[in-house]
Amino acid sequence: MPGILDFGLAALMLGMAGWTIVARKNLAAVMGFVVYGLLLALVWLRLGAPDVALTEAAIGGGLSGVLLLSAAERLRDTAPTAHRIGGAGRLAAAALSAAIAAGIATAFVSLPEPAPTLAPAAQANGGATGLGNPVTSVLMAFRAMDTMLEKVVLLLALVGVWSLARDQCWGGRPGPRHRADPRGPLAFLARVLVPIGIVVGLYVFWTGADEPGGAFQGGTLLAAMWLLTMMAGLADAPPTRRRRLRLALVAGPAVFLLVGLGGLLLGDAFLAYPVAFAKPLILAIEIAMTLTIAVTLGLVMAGVPERDEAE
Amino acid sequence: MIAFLGDLLTVVAVSAGLVFFLAGTVGLLRFPDTLTRLHALTKADTLGLGLIVLGLLPRAASARAGLKMVCIWLLILLAGASVSQLIAREARREGPKA
Amino acid sequence: MSAFLFAAAAFVLVTIAAGLIPVLRGPGDADRMMAAQLVGTGGIAGLLLAGAAIGTPAAVDVALTLAVLATFSGVAFVKHGTPRSPDAPEDGA
Repeated sequence: MPGILDFGLAALMLGMAGWTIVARKNLAAVMGFVVYGLLLALVWLRLGAPDVALTEAAIGGGLSGVLLLSAAERLRDTAPTAHRIGGAGRLAAAALSAAIAAGIATAFVSLPEPAPTLAPAAQANGGATGLGNPVTSVLMAFRAMDTMLEKVVLLLALVGVWSLARDQCWGGRPGPRHRADPRGPLAFLARVLVPIGIVVGLYVFWTGADEPGGAFQGGTLLAAMWLLTMMAGLADAPPTRRRRLRLALVAGPAVFLLVGLGGLLLGDAFLAYPVAFAKPLILAIEIAMTLTIAVTLGLVMAGVPERDEAE
Repeated sequence: MIAFLGDLLTVVAVSAGLVFFLAGTVGLLRFPDTLTRLHALTKADTLGLGLIVLGLLPRAASARAGLKMVCIWLLILLAGASVSQLIAREARREGPKA
Repeated sequence: MSAFLFAAAAFVLVTIAAGLIPVLRGPGDADRMMAAQLVGTGGIAGLLLAGAAIGTPAAVDVALTLAVLATFSGVAFVKHGTPRSPDAPEDGA
């Protein structure tokens, strides 16, 4: 019986992927991609990875749609400067994609049974961090270095988005000024949904200690809610030169780095937590990280600085 | 006895919910224009979800899980009401199509 | 019971798939904006049913996240799908 569901999901996803590639208008293709992302969350759940399902729902369902649509909008007014890819180019791209997919499939199928995995080791050592969710233990303790560097990468992505601004707009407010009828449905939706979304975001972050969840998923939800207030015209995007904003952006990696250096000076190694303080330290890092992720992703979605502060 | 009643509620409510999902999709396929299709989607699917949530309540892992499911349904009610208004305004702005 | 719930989840998936065809093909952008709503509501139903069938309590959390974000996506589609005119309020009037 589960087989029918899985087969149906796989078929639907392939269909959506195909449609996304074939769709002619940007808006249609982006919607296909978002639908694909939302279905992928279902697939992750079926594969027994609820943390990844949460992240996929957050990023694929919310973030990528907004990002792609903003990019499409920026390109809409510009004249195409390059030739459209011809038939041969498309064929080559299709062949390359198929080859990569075939390679991954072969590698997966030829894995020894049982596949080599560190999962039992991670679960066995979960007691050292005091966290019930082994995924969070891996992210925040066993592979903390990777998580810290990922946050820096997010920051670099934001700088990349800002670098698209015209020179005179550097440090200004990102994106256009959104206006909406203050008594209309959009403002109403924002007023009611945003507080609920914030609570859900904080809940998802908090529950990541013992259940699927965590700082990244929670932060993404908070970022989406912040963007919703901006889209409804209830708040304006802050100018990117504001000091408090920039402090919030670096808070996550900074706290991580401080704790890491503390581990180096006072403990055994960089990012080593003393076992007695492991959980409070991890919590402190996660709080800072959630703030940074929320602000960074929110600003990335808000767009390129276009307006000066005075407006 | 209680377990049997719970199972009965689950089967009946979920089946009813599925009927409404089917009705919503049939509406999407058969209705002639955007606004009627929007109506079919938001009303039928929302009611279908409500019935499914009702059916799954007896099987909820805890009271908190059951409460979460009801909150999800209320959120979808809110979303359906607001987003359908926005889409309808966009449809009116676009003008009548084939 | 678990088999029934799986079958129900598969059925919901079929209705989503069938519903996506007219929605994504629809002659106007407004039709396509319904995709987020359709997949959001249907996806949540499927998630809750499949989660109850397997016995994963985390499915409810994923469904909750999906509820908030599918709404957000729908708003983003409407916002970005309409070409902006400088004087009109952006959610139409």
